[in-house]
Amino acid sequence: MFHIYCPHCAEYREEEEFHAVGQAHIARPADPDACSDKEWGEYMFFRKNPRGIHHELWVHAAGCRKFFNITRDTQNYDIKEVYKIGEKPSVVAE
Amino acid sequence: MSDMNVMTPAEMAATKAAVMDQVPGPEVQGQSPLHHADLASLAKAGTVLGAAAGGIQLREHKLLGHLTLRLNPENTDQLAAAERVLGVALPLQPLTSVEKGSYSVRWMSPDEWLILVPGLEAFDVESRFRDEMGGHYSLVNSSGGSTVLELSGADVVELLKRCTPIDLHPTVFPVGKVVSTVFAKSSAIIRRTGEQRFELVIRRSFSDYIWLWLQEVSREFGLVVKA
Amino acid sequence: MTQPNRLQSGGRIDRSKPLTFTYNGKQYKGYQGDTLASAILANGIDVVSRSFKYSRPRGIVAAGAEEPNAILQLGASEATQVPNVRATQQELFNGLVSQATNGWPNVDTDVMSIIGKVGGKMMPPGFYYKTFMFPESLWNTYESLIRKAAGMGRSPLENDPDFYDNVNQHCDVLIVGAGPAGLAAALTVARSGARVILADEQNEFGGNLLSTKETLDGQPASAWVNAVTKELRSYDDVMLLPRSTVNGYHDHNFVTIHERCTDHLSDIAPVNQARQRLHRVRAKWVVLATGAHERPLVYSNNDVPGCMVSGAVSTYINRYGVVPGNALVVTTTNDYGYQSALDWHDAGRKVVAVVDTRANPVGERIEAARQRGIKIITGSAVIEVQGSKRVSGVSVATISADGNKVTGSVTKLGADTVATSGGWSPVIHLSSHTGSRPIWNDEIVGFVPGKTVQKQLTAGGINGCYHTGAVLLEGLNAGLEAVANVGLNAAEVVLPTAEDVKEGAPMTLFHIPHLKPTSQAPKQFVDYQTDVTAAGIELACREGFESIEHVKRYTAMGFGTDQGKLGNINGMAVAAKALNKTIPETGTTIFRPNYTPISFGAIAGRNCGALFDPKRYSAMHMWHVERGAKFEDVGQWKRPWYFPQAGENMQQSLDRECLAVRQSVGILDASTLGKIDIQGKDAREFLGRIYSNAWAKLAVGKCRYGLMCGEDGMVFDDGVSACLGENHFLMTTTTGGAARVLEWLELYHQTEWPELEVYFNTVTDHWSTLTISGPNSRKLLSELTDADVTNENFSFMDWKQITVAGVPARVFRISFTGELTFEINVQANYGMHVWKQLFKAGAQYNLTPYGTETMHILRAEKGFIIAGQDTDGSVHPFDLGMGWCVSNQKPFSYVGKRGMNRQDCIRENRKQLVGIKTKDPKVVIPEGAQAVLDPKAPIPMPMVGHVTSSYWSAHLGHSIAMGFIKGGLTKMGETVYYPLADGTVIEAEICSPIFLDPKGERQNV
Repeated sequence: MFHIYCPHCAEYREEEEFHAVGQAHIARPADPDACSDKEWGEYMFFRKNPRGIHHELWVHAAGCRKFFNITRDTQNYDIKEVYKIGEKPSVVAE
Repeated sequence: MSDMNVMTPAEMAATKAAVMDQVPGPEVQGQSPLHHADLASLAKAGTVLGAAAGGIQLREHKLLGHLTLRLNPENTDQLAAAERVLGVALPLQPLTSVEKGSYSVRWMSPDEWLILVPGLEAFDVESRFRDEMGGHYSLVNSSGGSTVLELSGADVVELLKRCTPIDLHPTVFPVGKVVSTVFAKSSAIIRRTGEQRFELVIRRSFSDYIWLWLQEVSREFGLVVKA
Repeated sequence: MTQPNRLQSGGRIDRSKPLTFTYNGKQYKGYQGDTLASAILANGIDVVSRSFKYSRPRGIVAAGAEEPNAILQLGASEATQVPNVRATQQELFNGLVSQATNGWPNVDTDVMSIIGKVGGKMMPPGFYYKTFMFPESLWNTYESLIRKAAGMGRSPLENDPDFYDNVNQHCDVLIVGAGPAGLAAALTVARSGARVILADEQNEFGGNLLSTKETLDGQPASAWVNAVTKELRSYDDVMLLPRSTVNGYHDHNFVTIHERCTDHLSDIAPVNQARQRLHRVRAKWVVLATGAHERPLVYSNNDVPGCMVSGAVSTYINRYGVVPGNALVVTTTNDYGYQSALDWHDAGRKVVAVVDTRANPVGERIEAARQRGIKIITGSAVIEVQGSKRVSGVSVATISADGNKVTGSVTKLGADTVATSGGWSPVIHLSSHTGSRPIWNDEIVGFVPGKTVQKQLTAGGINGCYHTGAVLLEGLNAGLEAVANVGLNAAEVVLPTAEDVKEGAPMTLFHIPHLKPTSQAPKQFVDYQTDVTAAGIELACREGFESIEHVKRYTAMGFGTDQGKLGNINGMAVAAKALNKTIPETGTTIFRPNYTPISFGAIAGRNCGALFDPKRYSAMHMWHVERGAKFEDVGQWKRPWYFPQAGENMQQSLDRECLAVRQSVGILDASTLGKIDIQGKDAREFLGRIYSNAWAKLAVGKCRYGLMCGEDGMVFDDGVSACLGENHFLMTTTTGGAARVLEWLELYHQTEWPELEVYFNTVTDHWSTLTISGPNSRKLLSELTDADVTNENFSFMDWKQITVAGVPARVFRISFTGELTFEINVQANYGMHVWKQLFKAGAQYNLTPYGTETMHILRAEKGFIIAGQDTDGSVHPFDLGMGWCVSNQKPFSYVGKRGMNRQDCIRENRKQLVGIKTKDPKVVIPEGAQAVLDPKAPIPMPMVGHVTSSYWSAHLGHSIAMGFIKGGLTKMGETVYYPLADGTVIEAEICSPIFLDPKGERQNV
């Protein structure tokens, strides 16, 4: 059970209030119709599964309903930081 | 009520949003989501459910007007318009609430507030918002979708610790704080209205579940329904 | 009734409060303050179980959570049966009923013990894998026999009469363990004003201080314990939890505590009291002061009842006033082992000898033993025990200085009890729960907690710190650190002065050598509960298992309910020796939650019975109940499935409901449909991006059906959206998809298109939706409204704001049945009123309530899909024959467009949705049936599709079905076959899925 700081509610809440959405920072191609099948397939289906630092998209489903990002160490589940949509992470993999 | 409130498409296009007085005349009795539980009879009988100590009191505030307001909190014109309508500024600090007379306003999200008003005033308040406020915002009447329970008593914090993972310690959850959170396996908007008094806004379709849940979880403390 | 092993005085029991309890059908006496184990020992009962594999008699070994043998079944009635109770942790109460669980037919005479007598070769490690796994089909049979023989306890066959509780807690500092370290830490943080939880698995705080005669500040240690406990109790923000086992340490300092509230009082909890409570704690900092478990030595027949760990012997004497035997032999590698001999001697019973593996032990306890005239045999060990149901004697031999072999002749000593001490193992279980790897510490000969990302501090025995004075200091320091970490100022705490006992260095030894090689020596048990021997571990290593995790799984070491608390370190040592490695090289297994077994009740809390899962109801639910509806679960909603009348079966009810809609008028409670209010000037643009069809020109007052696809182009939801105002829409979703769709809209708005001015709000619960459908629905509606609802003024796919039965309503003229239909939406507080008024007015039209099943049939007659039934995430709109619902003219590349144009999505011969008409009109194909083109093809037959919807149509007088067929849209009129599991084959023809009114004229009556 994670304890997650919601950057909008400005306090820690229990994991059960949140939904994990998946890898963060996957922008929808600006012109999908110009994408090859391969490019579209990569956008659609291919995700990182790193050992260590991972940026994830979460939503405070039972709270403020806002999406935000979490940087998390997949080895020990330590949450390094949370940041709002549109912001850049300050902790990144080396 | 006749069909005088029917708007023509042109009228609706002009207002951009469809606003309607959803409350019928006094000849039609509304039923709160807990109508079937007949809380009034329980209150009259003074029954204590569970332990005799009766450390928990429950009261339903039914058929209130529930309005959900969405706007950009950086839009000072809209904030001013909201204050004109409500007589009080929207709370901008996360997880806070304000009250003014029979109106109360809860911060739900950086761009969302839940406003409770007397049931018969919902349309009036909604109309005044439409008159006063310009720009991009949304106002939704959700009065039929929720009801309000007030829980109080010496054991109320102990009770709520069995319902929600929120920290209710007074240093963390002072009077006036409001959270939207999980409640048992449902959800609730919880606001502290006194040292030992809380307000729950719960969804209609889950209200029977929450009522059963509260009875069960109150067993160790005793539950008394108040009119 | 006498208690032969009970002392006349001493201990923390109350001799003025005798209690009666039952063990294996016989009544015994104990005292208030006893555990079930101490009471059993007081009564001179030796055998408490039969072992798992070899069926050997076993007795009580320990005095706490680490006990591997005394695992009993409790309960005075069928409903109150509790399996897997450690007698060492169960407080005695009057009327307690207990039963040994192993042993068939009973623990004293066990027919299975023949297996044990024959010897270990009959059941080597991996025995179950090697013998019983094949043939696989018989595994279930074998397993039940093994389980019966192994006797793991049993669940009650009746409902538990008690209730259980889950509570969420928050604190600054959680302290685990209320021994000297925990109490010192708790006092420090409590005085600083922190929010504190102090939990201990025992009934009283004090930990090991309660098991010894040591003093603090010259007073009995219990005096300090009492003073500290009293002070802690005086703080509002300190929660004291005795009888509470911290069972799991999870991510981000989430800790679960299992509190046994009334287990010590009675068989059934007092009325309105929870029997057990699970505290779900979020702690800013955690102090682990969990102490250490004494480690037994591994020698031959070390499992014979009467063999105990040394500290447990002291605990039974000092805490419970019970001497568990008459003649004691101690076998030890360290000074502490002498303590049980001192306590035994002082209790007035005979100490035969202390056998010390060290050649020249020096220390205060050794001196004290000498002064009492206790015989000390140095450089030696007990290498074997004699006896079967109780120790009758021991074999002592001198051993080499490295402890690897027996060097001298064997001496036999008479004794009925063997106390053993191989040192201490820190209780690192909780620190391991979150993945922290323990670290071997040579100095203390044990594993200590490793690096962790948790906000965790440790103090006392868990660090291998065992002297009371040092333990108290570690507790204080952990408390000070915790106080600083949570940002408070530390208050002053003065620690009491502990006795300083000089000790000599211990010897590092785990496995005592025998005259014979390990494989041939009488069994030397490492893990009592799973019957793992030193020979078994050596065999596993010889068979090629080198990783300790594999050795563990192959031998089952540590797999018992005790998780190998006593045996794991010894097992690792035996494996390390066999693999010629050091213990740190061999590594350790990781402990997992829970620390000790926990009841399902405590986990479930109140989430059982009617509260297992929320049931969602519409505003008209009570009407449905009173009308005798059968309900169907749709998500958490309880929806009327059908409304049987007296004497009707389901099909008769469905036929009647269907015909009523087709011939007159029926009513459906459609309130459960998801409803999302959408406002903002870009609402229309947003809909166009999220739906596959066009929304740009939908006028105010109009409704439109839309398909929602994922980026892969596959349909995931559908529904009708209405344009309420130029900037205002109401979207409906499927009942089950409501929450997911709202989150989907927010996802795109918040992360992709935040520039669009639009807000989404759920209004699912706000509106009641009453759907009247059938040729007479307009007449019925007219009875309750003055508004003009004629076809001219209120056309198909219009919505109107009118008053129905006195209630303001939004009425949508849409249709899911193919009939003239009005969906009446009123604020839910007035739903029941309008529903009842409709029935009042509808009697003349035989207004018939219908449920979801009739709705499914009626829509299937029209070929309308149900998202989630006729779609499965692998079909796009064209597969469904719904290309009309896709607009590729839209300027924005809507969600799903690119996906459904992938090569795989535009290929021919994809599975496509078609109608299926059976050759025999009376036959209804089972849903899920697989289609083949050649029913005589050899198995496995090539399958070309399956049936998604299939019903009997009373209106049409034949069965109807929809399903997928490869290239189905080009195969109209062709024959397919549905071979069923029973061997029959249903022949059918591919047809249009629209079985009724293909031109859609019925809704325009």
